[in-house]
Amino acid sequence: MQKTLAERWKLALKMYVSFFQIGLFTFGGGYAMLPMLEKECVDKHAWTTREELLDIFALAQCTPGIIAVNTATFLGKKQAGLPGAVLATLGVVSPSLVIISLIAALLKNFADLEPVQHALAGVRAAVTALIFASVWKMAKSSLKDPLSIAMAVIAFILVALFGTSPVAIVFAGALIGFLFFGGRKKTGKEDDA
Amino acid sequence: MSTLLLLCLNFFKTGLLAVGGGLATLPFITDMSNAHPDWFTKADIANMVAVSESTPGPIGINMATYVGYHMFSIPGAILTTVSLVLPSFIIIVILAGIMDKYSENRIVKAVFAGLRPAAIGLIAAAGFSVFLIALFPGYSGSTVFDMSGITALFSRKSLVLFALVMVATQLPKLKDLHPVAYIAIAAVVGIVFRF
Repeated sequence: MQKTLAERWKLALKMYVSFFQIGLFTFGGGYAMLPMLEKECVDKHAWTTREELLDIFALAQCTPGIIAVNTATFLGKKQAGLPGAVLATLGVVSPSLVIISLIAALLKNFADLEPVQHALAGVRAAVTALIFASVWKMAKSSLKDPLSIAMAVIAFILVALFGTSPVAIVFAGALIGFLFFGGRKKTGKEDDA
Repeated sequence: MSTLLLLCLNFFKTGLLAVGGGLATLPFITDMSNAHPDWFTKADIANMVAVSESTPGPIGINMATYVGYHMFSIPGAILTTVSLVLPSFIIIVILAGIMDKYSENRIVKAVFAGLRPAAIGLIAAAGFSVFLIALFPGYSGSTVFDMSGITALFSRKSLVLFALVMVATQLPKLKDLHPVAYIAIAAVVGIVFRF
């Protein structure tokens, strides 16, 4: 069903607030925002599913630009059209604009401050655990056959141990999907077959 | 051409060509400094990276904002950031429209069925690299076979906190706690226990 323009702007505004929060609490960039995205966009607002979030991450990995921002643009566009794309993107960017400008103006040695270093070390340890918890949930919801499980494990090994380019992994995944997952019926009805 | 316009063009180019996010913007910013030594120095860049990594927000955005503010104050910060985001914004908006149209297509479905396991592997690998940095603060290599920085002490405190959060996220009562709560608590723990 098509949303009216007023409904879209209302939803877009809600997305601005959510993505502002995501931008404000993402330390270390990129994938560190996954746990937050999952909470806000899947659990709280149902703007997307875990499966679609993975699709968007894979796309964001091989399109230019910053993954966190691309994800915001994509979800915004999908849920609330152009207003959603604009406001979700501005939302994820706004905290950086404010915080970085303040630091650049007042506290150039911010990163060297001792409490900042300690706080970051703590945050890093927690974020690592949160990322692993998210990966576990995603794996449970979308790895349901031996080939998928093997693909995920091999992708992990190649990137983590051998430093393979993530873009190469995404293209390999797409190719394997095209070759081997075409004949399947388990992901719902395919009426065009 | 005015410097501000040239700066915006440079960031637009970076947004268009930097694939993979995060520190993918760094080589472009280094290039800018080489081409325009009067804009900012290598030492400025090192400081920008440190600030970008220790503040919330996507690192690429933080870098753009910092450079823009450094050169033209608030208007500079806003314009460089918008310039960086604009190319991917346009591409993603078009792509999202196309995907909406063909999401029921059999081939598209098959391709995405292959992308998901790949994406899970990638995210797990990203988690693993954060894990190495968090638990071995001296670690600086890019893969586990590159152990040059491992001489620095392994952080026991970080391991304990990591394990606690790991367990907490699996407990029925704490499972639904917002990630923001964990991050805020971890920051306080880090300061109090001097991580």
